[in-house]
Order: sequence, then C-alpha cells, then structure tokens
Amino acid sequence: MINAVGRELPEKIGSYVVKPYAGPSQKIEAEQTVCSRRKPSKRAVAETKLMPDLKAAIQACGLRDGMTISFHHSFREGDHIVGQVLSTIKELGIRGLRFAPSAVVNIKNPSIVDFVKDGTIDRIQASGIRGELGDAVVEGLELAEPVILRPHGARPHAIETGELSIDVAFIGASAADDFGNCTGQVGPNACGSLGYSFIDATCAEKVVVITDNLVPYPCVPISISQMYVDYVVKVDQIGDSAKIGAGAARRTKNPRDLLIAQRAADVMAASRLFKDGYSFQTGAGAISIACTDFLAEHTEKAGIQASYALGGMTANIVEMHKKGLVRTLLCSQSFDAVAARAIVDSPNIIEIDNSMYANMFNKSCALDKLNFGVLGALEIDVDFNINILTGSNGEMMSGIGGGPDVADGADISIVTLPIVRGRIPSVVNKVFTCCTPGSSVAVVVTEAGIALNPKHKSYEMLKEDLQKAGIKTVSIEDLLETAYSLTGVPKPIETTDKITCIVEYRDGTVIDVIRQIKRD
Amino acid sequence: MQTAKLKRTSLYVSGASPINMIQAAFYNEDCLVYDLEDSVPASEKDAARLLVYNTVRYHRPANKYVIIRVNGIYSEYIDEDLEAAVRANPDAIRIPKVEYKEEVIRICQRITEIETAAGMEVGKIEVWCNIESYLGLINAYDIATADPRVVALALGAEDFTASMKSHRTKEGLEIFYARNALLTACRHAGVEAIDAVFSDINDVEGLKEDTALTRNLGFDGKTCVHPRQIDVVNSFFTPSQKEIKYALRVLQAVEEGKLQKKGAVTLDGSMIDKPMELRARTTLAQAEAAGINVGEELL
Amino acid sequence: MVGTLESSDIQIGLSPNPGGGLDIQLQSVVKAQFGDAIVATITEVLESFGIKDATVNAVDRGALEWIIRARMQAVCCYATGTQFEWKGEDK
Repeated sequence: MINAVGRELPEKIGSYVVKPYAGPSQKIEAEQTVCSRRKPSKRAVAETKLMPDLKAAIQACGLRDGMTISFHHSFREGDHIVGQVLSTIKELGIRGLRFAPSAVVNIKNPSIVDFVKDGTIDRIQASGIRGELGDAVVEGLELAEPVILRPHGARPHAIETGELSIDVAFIGASAADDFGNCTGQVGPNACGSLGYSFIDATCAEKVVVITDNLVPYPCVPISISQMYVDYVVKVDQIGDSAKIGAGAARRTKNPRDLLIAQRAADVMAASRLFKDGYSFQTGAGAISIACTDFLAEHTEKAGIQASYALGGMTANIVEMHKKGLVRTLLCSQSFDAVAARAIVDSPNIIEIDNSMYANMFNKSCALDKLNFGVLGALEIDVDFNINILTGSNGEMMSGIGGGPDVADGADISIVTLPIVRGRIPSVVNKVFTCCTPGSSVAVVVTEAGIALNPKHKSYEMLKEDLQKAGIKTVSIEDLLETAYSLTGVPKPIETTDKITCIVEYRDGTVIDVIRQIKRD
Repeated sequence: MQTAKLKRTSLYVSGASPINMIQAAFYNEDCLVYDLEDSVPASEKDAARLLVYNTVRYHRPANKYVIIRVNGIYSEYIDEDLEAAVRANPDAIRIPKVEYKEEVIRICQRITEIETAAGMEVGKIEVWCNIESYLGLINAYDIATADPRVVALALGAEDFTASMKSHRTKEGLEIFYARNALLTACRHAGVEAIDAVFSDINDVEGLKEDTALTRNLGFDGKTCVHPRQIDVVNSFFTPSQKEIKYALRVLQAVEEGKLQKKGAVTLDGSMIDKPMELRARTTLAQAEAAGINVGEELL
Repeated sequence: MVGTLESSDIQIGLSPNPGGGLDIQLQSVVKAQFGDAIVATITEVLESFGIKDATVNAVDRGALEWIIRARMQAVCCYATGTQFEWKGEDK
C-alpha cells in the first residue's frame, strides 16, 4: 500500500501491523485507559532500596530473557550508564532483550552493536540510532524485528497505549537519595532536565535509579519522585561530564550558516505572530544556535518579550531569559552545561515532561501553543517532506528527535539547511527517508533563497507578512534547480527488500520505512 | 532601457578556495570579485586561474556583477591571467595597483586582442582600476578616462597608506584626502567610486561608522573582505524617502520628455543629464534591493 | 599534486603508467551517488590532453564537477610541463 506521503509500505512487517500515515495528524478519542505497568505495592520500612551494585538491582527486578528495558539519552555522548547496565546484563546471561531508550547516542565503548551480535539485545526502539549502531542496522544487522524509530512525542504515546511496554527502566541521575528521589540538575555529572524519563518512571514495571552522587535524604530538587522508584544503585561514574556538557553553545563562524540563521530569524520577525508574548523553539544545531542569537536581537529591537521557549535548551536561550527577552523556558532537555545548571537558578526555567512537550495525545501539549519552530534537516524535497535520518550513502546520520512534532505543532515551522553540503544536494526530488510530512512545513530557508509551502495552513498569512517586510521568496522548484545545477542529479541509493527500520509519525502511523542498503 | 547595476558591495573571494567560491555566490553582495592576486599563494596561481576560469565561464552566479581581479601589470602571471579572465567573460576585470593611464591603455588593448581572437563581442568587458598608491591617486582622472572600458576606480587603503608612509587607523583620517581626491576624479570622469575595505571583520560598530562615512562622502560602493560585512554595508546604501521621491520625479520628467519628444528635460529649473538619470535609477535599484516597493513601472 | 583535502575540493596526483592505460584510483565521500560522474570528468580531461597512460590518485571531498575539471586541468598541465591551451576553449 501507499501512504499519504507516497511511500510504498507492506501491510505487515513481521508481527508489526502497519497503520499507514493518512495525512495531517488528527486527534483520536481512544477507548482504552492509559497503560502503566506500575503496581500498587508497599515496601517494608526496614527494607532498603539501595542495592550494592547493578547486578543485584537487575536480579532484584527479576529481569528475564525477552523483556524490555529503557534508558534516557540526556547524558548524550558522555553516557556511561547504558554500557554498564548492558555489560552487567550480559554477564548475567540474560538474552533477547528489547532495548528501548529515548534515543541511542553514539557510544562506542562498549558498542551496542556487540550487544546485538552476542544476543543480549534483539530488538530496538528509539527516536534515533545515530552512529555505529545505525550504520550497522541499515547495512542489515541481524535483529528479530526491524528497529522502530519514533519522534519524541510518539514515544510516550506508544508507552501509554501499551505498544511499548517497559519491564525495567534504568534512569541515570546526577544526584539521588537512598529512596530514589533524583534529579539531573545538580552534581558533578549534571545533565539538566530528565524530561524523557518521566514517562518511564510512571509506566515501567520496575524502576532503577543509577547515580554516582548519593545525597542525604531528601534529594533536592526532586525531578523524579521516590514513589516511582524500586531500587537505587551507586556506581563510580554515570558519565563523562566533558561530553555531557559538550555541544555548549558556541556561535558558529561559518558565514553560510550565519546567513541562513539570520534569514530564518528575519522570517520570524517579519511575521505578525512576532509580538509581545510570542513563543519559539530553536534547538541546538549550529544554525539553530545562531538563529537564537538573531531572534534575540530582533526581540530586543522590537522591545517585546517572548512568553516561552520550548524543548531542548541552550546557553544562549538561557541568556535571552536573563536579559528578559523570554519569560519562561519549558525545558524537556538541556543541551549544554549552562542550560543544565540554569533550571536550579531560575524559578522561570522549568523542567518539563517530554510528554508534556510533544505528545499530541495528551489533553494538550506545549507544542499546541507554539508560534515558531526552527528545524534542521538533511534533505527536503519538492513536497517539503523532510529527511533527518539518512545521509547520501544511506547511512544513519541522526535521530528523528522532536522535529515532526514541532513542525506539526508550530504555527510557523521553519526548516533551515544549506542548499548543498559538498556535492550532496539538500533540496532533492524525493527524500530518501521521509520523517516529517511536507504538509506540516511552512517555510524552508537556505542560503540560496527562502521558499514558502503553498499547501501550509499559514501560507497566505506568511506570504503577506514577508512581502510587507520586503523579504523575497523563491519556489521550492527553484531551490531544487539551484541545488542540482551545482551538484548534478545524484544516483539513487539502491536497497534490498529487507526493511531495517520502521519510521513512525507523531500519531503512531507509519510514515516511511528504511530498507537495507545494497553495497557492492 | 538602460538598467542600473548596483555596486554597493564588492566581495573578494580567493581563487584558491573552491568552498569559498561556491558559497560566495549566495551572499547579498552586488559584485563578486574572484581574486587571483593577493589571496592566492605563488604556488597556487596556475591552479587558481583554472578554478576561476571554469567557475566564471561555466557556472557564473546569477544576478551578480562578476569581476576577476588579475595579478599585477608587471607580474609574471598577467598574460596568462588575461587569457583566462577575458575568455571567462566576466562583467569586469579588476586591475590592481594602477598608476599610469598607459598601463590601462595597454591592458585594454590586450583585452581587445583576446576578445577578437576568441571571437567574443569586443568592448563588452569593463575594467575596474584599483588605486593603491599616491601615484595612482595623482593620476586618477587620467586613469579613469584612459579607455571607455574603465567604469570604476577602487581605493586600496593598505598599500596606499604604505606608499604615503602613513599609519593605518580605524578612524581613517590618513585616507580622508585620498577618498575625496578619488571621488573628485571619478565624478569628473563619470565613473563609479568604490571605497576601501574596513579590515577588522569582528568590529561591527567600527564597520558601521566607516561605512556611514563611505556613504556620506558620496561613494557608490565599498569593497568587503568578509561575507559578514555585506548586509551591514548594503544597509547604508538604502536611500531615504526623500531621495526616492526625488529619483521618481527625475524619471517621471524623463519619461514625459520622451513622450513629448523634447530634446532637453528640466526639473525644478535644472537640466536633467544622462548621469543624473542613471543616478536616479541607481537610487531606485538600491531602494528595491532594500525591499522598498517604489512601483515597478519606472525601474 | 593539486588541490586540497578541504570540503568541496579534490586532491589529485598524476603519475606515469607506461603502456598501462588509465588507472583511476578514486576515494570519495560521495562515491555511491557521484563516483561514476567523477571518473567520467577525470577521463574526459585526460583525453582532452591526449593522455592515454597514467595513474590518477584522487581524494575527493565532495568537489563539484567544474572544480574537479579545473583541478584535473591543472594537474595535467603540471604533469606535461605545459601551459593551458586557452585557444582550445574558443568556439
């Protein structure tokens, strides 16, 4: 069958029944109640939650072959928890697990690929599997089922519907007490918001908090409460603080990226929605960070204040807040050390549940009120569909992240990307992997021009506002022509019939699949 | 109808750097100068010449006034540079360190010879002369009128101040005379005057002050050393409402004169000459480039 | 050797290969999508210089077609010890 973005999909992939993407997401009133595996249970007062080591905690949880385990990825490339837990599980001889972190970051020592090869893990679900694992998967790494990739907003939904049912959640925390109250905001390896883990804490059957910084009861602040936590383990190191805080907002000097960022900020400032109380999400890529700076300049010049910034926070968004240019930061993730620390310092910087950020099946989510969302992309096509996952050789470049959620939620979604990267065109006829439907993309900003999507809900408004501000636009076809005139038309990536990844949209439907790359 | 090509900003890009050459096509500069001279080390001269030639001839950026800066008139590279630069067919060739009109005449002759040999339209390629010494400045008017190809003189402040034994400062008092002298020569010769670069790419405030002076003195544009300077410099060439209104009146008078088949057209008692008309068109083109809607029909 | 290993450039070395025909060794970050096109450009320039036997070592960092062409022309000029034949460009 063919879904609403023209992707060829099978009816079933193994036991996975494909619900094809059917067009702009619609809220459905579900019949069932929210699924949680959490059990009402009373713990004897004398009994301690503090386990001597990971092995004892894993055994106490009753982890068995074939179960599902989860993690958050807030320690990013500095994470030492996933590796320690998987190594311990392997030592215990437990096999065939479903590995369901919020995202797989590129950790190499130990390698997730090795845990797949030795049978510890045989299924994977995450928002992204960037790095060695992703590359191995698209090359055909043997798994029991294709990898399921979901945007940030879809993961909590999958958990609440029971599609993703977690047996044991391992939650890394930079400070915790012996009863499991914990946070990522303080301690030597602080990572900031633990927003991804709230849903795991409330819905998993067993919850293990892992820290290297055991503090006297009660831990302050409390991000995740003791009422959800079964066991606490102290390890030597939960992560490498240098890598956790890496990505610290350093303004790019690349004039091309600055130009794109400036133009994206100009588009926002030209909109009638850019007024006192506006809201935005910019993100953490080089262009996004620079865009935040230009947006701050516009905000200051206009003498207005944004009501809130949403999602992943960076040092320069915190800076905007300190200057009074944005009243509140709703922080589901902290991208650098400054942003991690800021939550403790300001009452108006708030750690929020990732589900509150992006899950469309909540009674509401913070994206529902968002005016401007700035997104990165690897490729965009003439239908404005976005690929954020696969690179020009079919390799796994990135995770889906919250992009599809933001594009759909924001009044005006702005995709920023260079027209070419080396000889790789970024504007193409048809994206290799569709992650975000073009119908939810309002405008694409490149160094070679700005193109509005005539099919977007904000088109007429934006067209009028840009005209008024003297901002010129081109068509997406013009951008395609510019890109191909530079690079030539690329040879299509060849694939086999084997489906390696299922790409879900924020409403839980299948927007695309990634087939195994054919290599010579 | 004669169209005004804007020359507010000229961005130099090194002919030795493919990535910079490709990206330079996308910034907002009016004039893109592919450089074979100072930014290209001696070992890279031949390779850079081929890069620039292939880029300009076969992948010339749209909507830019394209310039190739060749090596010095007395350098060992000039002959090969001209063979390549002419065949690349840019809008203009920019000649560094011009001091005498005879130099311009010689180069322009050579351009004509190559155009003829290559079967190209003769005389279409324009010439910009960089004035970078006191001698060049003294002879500026002669240089500007040496050949009809010459359409602009550009001040090179670093070499000029070296020849003067002056010290280069941010405030630029040491080039104040040179700026005025160059402008005077250009105005009298009817060619455009391009101001020197502001070298500190990190000093935005300094660039703004310097460009305000550029604009107030009367220059038609300014050379930029970094893409980040372009938008700032362009913004100073946004005409005021008063200037736009005046330009519109000039062109209206010209149009009416044409309809009534009048030989000489006057406005407020003064005669409108060709340069005045061209300036009015430039003003409107600047306004349009700055996103001001001035009414399409007169552009 | 001409060119650099910067992004959007290509570094090319040309050495004799007496009687061995053309031996083109290409490393490229875009080999899957543009490998054939790059080899075609290299071959075309070699032919225009009348070079029939040579070993080409090219390390491509995503150079565009005409950049590869220019780099090849330069390396052929160096290897043959000649200046570029500008008249050959006239139509």
